Amino acid sequence: MAEEKENITGMHDDKFLAPENKKRIVIGPEGEEIHVDPLQDYFCTERPQTSEPRNKTVEKFLNWARAESLWVLGFGTGCGSIEIPPLLSPRFDAYRFGVAMRATPRQSSVIIISGYLAVKTLKRAIRSYEQMQNPKFVIALGSCTINGGMYWDSYNTINRLDHYLPVDVYVAGCMPRPEAILSGFNKLKERIRAGRAEGANEYITNLDWYKANQKKIIKDWNMPDYNW
Amino acid sequence: MEALLDRLKTRFGVFDFEQKKTYQSFCSVDKLSLVSLVTYLKATEGFKVLVLISVVDWIEDGKFQITYLLNNPELKTDIGIRTFISRDNEEMESIHDLWEHAPTFQREIREMYGINFPGSPRVDESFLLEGWDDIPPMRREFDTKKYSEDTFFPRPGRKTNDPAEYMKQKLYPDEK
Repeated sequence: MAEEKENITGMHDDKFLAPENKKRIVIGPEGEEIHVDPLQDYFCTERPQTSEPRNKTVEKFLNWARAESLWVLGFGTGCGSIEIPPLLSPRFDAYRFGVAMRATPRQSSVIIISGYLAVKTLKRAIRSYEQMQNPKFVIALGSCTINGGMYWDSYNTINRLDHYLPVDVYVAGCMPRPEAILSGFNKLKERIRAGRAEGANEYITNLDWYKANQKKIIKDWNMPDYNW
Repeated sequence: MEALLDRLKTRFGVFDFEQKKTYQSFCSVDKLSLVSLVTYLKATEGFKVLVLISVVDWIEDGKFQITYLLNNPELKTDIGIRTFISRDNEEMESIHDLWEHAPTFQREIREMYGINFPGSPRVDESFLLEGWDDIPPMRREFDTKKYSEDTFFPRPGRKTNDPAEYMKQKLYPDEK
């Protein structure tokens, strides 16, 4: 465990850290030296654990309950974020499917990646995803998240989202209309009810692979390895 | 505009004057007299608004073209001032003390083209690209497709069609 921890936190490059996150020595009131390493002291560096399912009947009931209340993080990237407001307005009315928007990652269970992701945005998306509580699901909209779409040869947008975050449902289109997004939500519900939406556990099982992919492109990594 | 052009010609040696539309004209000026020309236009001629600063990379000529677009809100006219700097010595005088938003343009140009503006505030901080360590991406020697293929994970099986050929085959399959 200690070795793993060393492994996972050893890759920080100090030069990208904000001044308040750098290692430093603080002099206490009686002249004693206090070594401060904010990434170790202020953040949790524990490696995340997978959550095992309970017994079958309980898990079936829980999955039904999870599928009926999908709380979506209000996080918009790319042009797909324009498709989300009509989804919630009376014409398409996603509330009848139990879909509601939430303001913070801690309250939500679904993150929608709604279009192309620049490297800068990917960093924020990862932070938001990791701060969400289990069980959590990812819906990816549009061809940009599938294979890069029309930005496939751009220097600053990623090509395949599933190398960085565990995607449960892809909705194809450029952009998908709100009906397609609703259909994507129904697909996600089916997966959750069938017990196949295990993205959060996959992410933790393959954490090293995901982190290596993320760190390959996010060169100014200045946050804890797992943002609890 | 004609009268203005005459004044600019005698004072600053403006050349290549082009009147594109009734409300829009362009001219070129030497690198060294650019800042004095822009200052004069702002202070005396009423071109009070800096609309944008843009850069074109003329790699064949070994030059960068920087265009400063100014607007005169009273006459509702635009004037674009072009200046050329060498690609070997990519440095330009900063105009951060004339407009408050000029440093942001200059910071972006610094990041995207690598043109330095000494003295401009926060010009070395990253703007859109965080932690970029390659050559600036908007320079034309930068191969964006190759970079994307090396860095991101291209999904295999992607194919392209030449639109003209493809539609010809679809619509007129018998013709050669």
